Amino acid sequence: MKTVKKKSLNISTGAVGEEHAAQFLLKRGDEILARNWRIREGELDLVTLDHNGLIHMIEVKTRSSSAFGHPLEAIDSAKAHRIQRLALAWLATNGALGCDYQIDAIAVLISSDGSHTIELRANVL
Amino acid sequence: MSLGMTFGVGLQGLAGNLVTVEVDIADGLPSYTLLGLPDAALSESRDRVRSALTNSNELWPNRKVTVSLSPAWLPKSGPSFDLAIAVALLIANQTLPNCEDTVFLGELSLDGKVRSVRGALPALLAAAKAGITRAVVPAANLAEAKLMVDLEIIPISTLAEVLRWLRTGERAEAEPLDLQYESDEGLLDFADVAGQPRARLAAEIAATGGHHLLLTGPPGAGKTMIAQRLPTILPKLSIAQALEVTAVHSIAGTLGNRLPQSLLAPFVAPHHTTTRVAMVGGGAHVIRPGASSLAHNGVLFIDEAPECGPGILDSLRQPLESGEITIARSIGNLTFPAQFLLVLAANPCPCGKFSGRGRNCTCTSQQVRRYLGKLSGPLLDRIDLRVIVDPVSRIEMAQNELGESSAVIRARVIAAREIAGKRFAGESWKLNSQIPARALRTTYQPERAAMNFLHDELDRETITARGLHKVIRTAWTLADLHRHETATLNDVKQAYALRDGVEL
Repeated sequence: MKTVKKKSLNISTGAVGEEHAAQFLLKRGDEILARNWRIREGELDLVTLDHNGLIHMIEVKTRSSSAFGHPLEAIDSAKAHRIQRLALAWLATNGALGCDYQIDAIAVLISSDGSHTIELRANVL
Repeated sequence: MSLGMTFGVGLQGLAGNLVTVEVDIADGLPSYTLLGLPDAALSESRDRVRSALTNSNELWPNRKVTVSLSPAWLPKSGPSFDLAIAVALLIANQTLPNCEDTVFLGELSLDGKVRSVRGALPALLAAAKAGITRAVVPAANLAEAKLMVDLEIIPISTLAEVLRWLRTGERAEAEPLDLQYESDEGLLDFADVAGQPRARLAAEIAATGGHHLLLTGPPGAGKTMIAQRLPTILPKLSIAQALEVTAVHSIAGTLGNRLPQSLLAPFVAPHHTTTRVAMVGGGAHVIRPGASSLAHNGVLFIDEAPECGPGILDSLRQPLESGEITIARSIGNLTFPAQFLLVLAANPCPCGKFSGRGRNCTCTSQQVRRYLGKLSGPLLDRIDLRVIVDPVSRIEMAQNELGESSAVIRARVIAAREIAGKRFAGESWKLNSQIPARALRTTYQPERAAMNFLHDELDRETITARGLHKVIRTAWTLADLHRHETATLNDVKQAYALRDGVEL
């Protein structure tokens, strides 16, 4: 019972972080094409179109403390490759194969008082 | 766009290469890539550097970190680059000012302390040659680093100290440079040796002319005692020689047993079960000098020489001939200096009692013959002096006055070496044992009567042509010790007797 609770807490932290990231991107002027796009192989957190017509696939990592290292350190090479494959899958499903795209990562750090910091790393793969 | 650059030194044997450590911090997922042919210990630097930085209250850049050690073709090994990488990383992270003309040596511990490194002296020699003027070295390596008089040496014990120095210029006051070469004579002295006039004489001749020496005698006669005291009658090392010796010991990591600034000739006594690699040097990943190189400019003593495994003594033939040893491995060819005075000690037979009349010996005559036969002919041929060490007699032991002290003998050795040095002015060699065979037949021929004696022995086939040359070389040393103008008949006869282990 306890572990389920814990898990749900982590999921909600992730959802809060993704919401922060989405707001950040909207403020930047991006159009959000998809959120939590899921197929069997995995999930893309955010897919956006920026004002230059470039498609961004964005992996959002949220942490409520940096005690376990930087959020983006959790993206290892296996995960990076999976995101790469998911990106191509998304383009194929949405008839956008051949469009320019890039993969970004966003780290969201939520502190205990509810405030958050956002760090964007563009074109990480 | 953030780049940082510092210098380290990559060692291959005694030869060092200045290595540029570049760090680039780029946007991207946090990662750390180390380029430039690092070995296992060097690849692990990532975790050492990271922990050391964090524990010194510095920020680790959570970005894409690329570290490049150039020249890239040079295989690099060991943890001595840790400090250079850490400083370059902080420069790239723009928390440190640039720092040129400085080489950084040091292994980092996880808590930010700087540990000593192997080969600090040869590394600094290479850095100085490449035009570096300042060196940051671990405090534990200060003693050997201070031998580099033309470098500004900054000893440090923690990473935080380095960073404080780079940021504010303030540093712990370095001790004044007291370059005192010490002659740690220690407790050994020839006065301790009771009796043994012949072995004493042989040791003196060996020290004077650089002649290799074989001592045979029963256990307990004092063979080891005499060999151990040889460094105390050899002339003190010159500063250049002492630097060579310290450099070799620094690479081997054996400076614990020897003061870096010592002027005493080294004494190395490998056990007779030693391997060939331990004797001449080698190793799979990092090539280390062996006993023959550690004894460079000093004495290599092998006790119980016939007990050595097959081929081990013969592996010394190349260094005996050329004064250096070249080790070929897949990562390259390395040359270490190995100019030593070889002293072999042997029992006369397996039971050790075949001396004098051999009354108590229990060995068969064949065993006796086979025992010393284990010393191969080519090796024995390179040994000028073969001396039998008799058991100390009751009379010698009872004598109250001590024998001659090392200081007295050393004075004679130095005087005789000076005479030889004057004679060889303008030649490429300095010691009598190094006179080439051709010169022995022309410029450095002994007097006529002596040559006639040797030619008679040659006719009787009691001596070979090479043996004849060896005898003449020893005779010159005797002439120097006796202040003779040239090698006389007496000198030659004495030398001949010392070569064959015949009674004088």
